[in-house]
Amino acid sequence: MSLVNDVFIGAAAVFVVLAIAMLYRVIKGPTMQDRVLAVNVLGTNTVVILALLAAGLEEPWFLDIALIYALLNFLMTIAISKFTVERGGII
Amino acid sequence: MIERLRVGSIVVLVAGGVFFTFVSTTGVLRLPDVYTRAHTASQADTLGAGFALAAVALALGWQPATLITVLLMFFIFITNPTAAHAIARAAYESGIEPWREDEP
Repeated sequence: MSLVNDVFIGAAAVFVVLAIAMLYRVIKGPTMQDRVLAVNVLGTNTVVILALLAAGLEEPWFLDIALIYALLNFLMTIAISKFTVERGGII
Repeated sequence: MIERLRVGSIVVLVAGGVFFTFVSTTGVLRLPDVYTRAHTASQADTLGAGFALAAVALALGWQPATLITVLLMFFIFITNPTAAHAIARAAYESGIEPWREDEP
């Protein structure tokens, strides 16, 4: 079972590297929608990282945090997309 | 025998998840337009997250946490294309033209 734990923790490390690479699009993205899209993909990566750590470190309560994070991520994306069209900005 | 099959399936699923998330990250960093980026983010990233969460559900076995993982898999499977669709629609309605090949 130790091999599987190592596989999960190594995959979580690779996902962290990919999430850091995604920050380039968040900073540089020419339009608002590019940034929102990159933050959405980054949030999905974070959910997967939390689930992999829950299996790798054998602490299943990480999955509750992952579920709440996925829900807030979806709500953030929908809210920003709607407000940029209908009210011309978030504030 | 069953145990070796299970470990092999977990390794293959995790490798698939890492590969498709790598494809998604490369697409979001390299593609020229917000619509093409939304396309790769909604397809490749959903597949990668689904593979990785399936590996987690297979590794946890029969316990209540597996139910949360399967629920999370279906949730991401539904919400990720919906979010990409909302972003693409917001981009179109705020006046961003789609990228064409004969333009720089």
